[in-house]
Amino acid sequence: MGLDSLVGGTIWDEYSNKVADLMNNPRNMGEITTEEAEAMGGKLIVADFGAESCGDAVRLYWVVNPNTDVIMDSKFKSFGCGTAIASSDTMAELCKFKTVQEAVKITNIDVEKAMRDTPDVPSVPPQKMHCSVMAYDVIKKAAAQYMNVDMESFEEEIIVCECARVSLTTLREVIRLNDLTTVEQIADYTKAGAFCKSCIRPGGHEEKDIYLVDLLEEYEKEKMAKTADSLAQGGPVDFEQMTVVQKLKVVDKVIDDNIRQMLIMDGGDMEILDIKENGENIDIYIRYLGACNGCASADTGTLFAIENILKEKLSPNIRVLPI
Amino acid sequence: MKVYLDNNATTMVDPQVKVAMDPFFTEKYGNPNSLHAFAGETHPPIKAAMEKIYAGIQANRKDSVVITSCATESNNWVLKSIYFEYILTGRKNHIIVSEVEHPSIMATARFIESMGCKVTYLPINSEGLIEAQSVRDSITSKTALVSVMWANNETGAIFPVQEIGEICAEHKVLFHTDAVQAVGKIPISVQEFNVDYLTFSAHKFHGPKGVGALYMKQGKELMPLFHGGSQMGGHRSGTLNVPGIIGMGKAMENAVDALDFEMPDIREMRDNFEDELLKIEDTFVVTPRNKRTSNTILISFRGIEGESMLWDLNREGIAASTGSACASEDLEANSVMEAIGADEDLAHTAIRFSLSRYTTQEELDHTLAVVKKAVARLREISSSYSYAPEGHNSELTIGH
Repeated sequence: MGLDSLVGGTIWDEYSNKVADLMNNPRNMGEITTEEAEAMGGKLIVADFGAESCGDAVRLYWVVNPNTDVIMDSKFKSFGCGTAIASSDTMAELCKFKTVQEAVKITNIDVEKAMRDTPDVPSVPPQKMHCSVMAYDVIKKAAAQYMNVDMESFEEEIIVCECARVSLTTLREVIRLNDLTTVEQIADYTKAGAFCKSCIRPGGHEEKDIYLVDLLEEYEKEKMAKTADSLAQGGPVDFEQMTVVQKLKVVDKVIDDNIRQMLIMDGGDMEILDIKENGENIDIYIRYLGACNGCASADTGTLFAIENILKEKLSPNIRVLPI
Repeated sequence: MKVYLDNNATTMVDPQVKVAMDPFFTEKYGNPNSLHAFAGETHPPIKAAMEKIYAGIQANRKDSVVITSCATESNNWVLKSIYFEYILTGRKNHIIVSEVEHPSIMATARFIESMGCKVTYLPINSEGLIEAQSVRDSITSKTALVSVMWANNETGAIFPVQEIGEICAEHKVLFHTDAVQAVGKIPISVQEFNVDYLTFSAHKFHGPKGVGALYMKQGKELMPLFHGGSQMGGHRSGTLNVPGIIGMGKAMENAVDALDFEMPDIREMRDNFEDELLKIEDTFVVTPRNKRTSNTILISFRGIEGESMLWDLNREGIAASTGSACASEDLEANSVMEAIGADEDLAHTAIRFSLSRYTTQEELDHTLAVVKKAVARLREISSSYSYAPEGHNSELTIGH
């Protein structure tokens, strides 16, 4: 934010020299035919990923030695932007002379890092990380084809943010450990959602099974359920963190359990009108009913008793204000 | 050779405009609102410039053409003031816009939608045009405003503003048109077309950046967006941008003159250039030539993603534009290409060339050669044109 964010450069300014160079002269661009693969004594694997209608597509060609599983040659063709072409090229390069099993472990982050000019400066702007994911997916596709297994079997865990490769397990854990409540906080802690932003909420560039907002909602509901359970069991509660509705409920319960009986015995009662946060204080507005209304101790003894019980049971910051 | 073919984004300032503005920086720099000769000497040239601006859109003297900071301000002003005056007060609850408006209308419409206003987004047809009938069908007794652009920035498509104006007048609904891409390219008459509000901007017709305008018909004046020292008749406070107004006046005068003289030449050059581009295999243009502004071509090159094409053009000094998702900050695809929906494989392949009266034949010849080279190179890389062994079950969508 601030000065640097006011006048943005173009996305091209953030491409590394390597990305620009690969865009101009991709090294591994091309095709391998069945005949060429056979001449090399290998098996041809052709895998596709993406679609023109989505903005990027890649076709990966491998020649694999069937005895050793080593990728003897690797080429690509790609429909896409500069990042898509450069990262497809880098991906094809990284596959060479690895076994298929090793190649599957290459991630889009490896590809992005391989295109950096200096180790600490990303090779593409954040929103372009997305374009390198395709390069990762197509490897899995090719390997699945070669090994005759399902592509999903390579994915050990569910990935929510593909750009930063953050898993569902990690996200759930980090949200709970740090009590995160916003997507910005998630990005700060995990980098998830900081790149193409598709995983934040529905309606982004790509459709997802689960979004960061879903995870926040899940945690929020979990907290609410916990408070409600704790209340029902009369256990300790964090009054300050509750929603207004929860506060109303819990205050009413404390009054029911400790005060109302005494008031009714004297022919009166009380009701809670509202609860408002007032700086440090939590102000509870009440109204006396029946005999309590106009009773001499309503503003003194009875009031202190009500206030003290609420302070003791719920929060020292409570003030009770009769009107 | 450097070639600028992105004139729908912004234009070169006409050298005559620059000369006209020059004295108002270091000689006649008084604040027009002050009481001394430095102020007084600015009044006649400002008035003369305003006369030219009024003449350019054929506004009546009783109407208000208020100079703003940009078209975005003008567009925000219309929608937000309509919200304050009609929606918030409960008199009306609805506005109508097209689904291909500039972001300054779209984002503002979404903003007032979030504040409780109903918004209808009119679709475009397969030629990229709005059908006036769809406006009639969407108007309700609670509609406060219709806002439809005069010409589209991406395709150059000219929308049926006259018909829409008549429909709005018939239903007593206010009508605004964002004419940023029309002023200086086609003759504009606010009187003839029943327009209540009209937005335009100097830098699209060889004037300076930072100078927009909002035309408001007499009796339809909006509450101001900027409150303050009551400049511009109280419609828009803020010290007058004197050089900007002078520049807009001169630019308008020259642009309107050029409509009769240079514009037919631009159209001819554009048509010839387009013919040559379409000779390249697998190229597509959506909106018919006679239904768009004379300077604009939006063309798809199958199998070539837009940003890649711009990259190759830029390497040879050629400036064009793409609505491809990958070239934008937010990865959102070109709204027009998505809206046309004819062939989704082409959504990311559209390139816009927009000419001006400074474009030369030599520049277009050079561009054509570069385009041909780029198409050959990028299709060589493209997965859309690649080998697959027999029996390969392709999952790429290849449209041929």
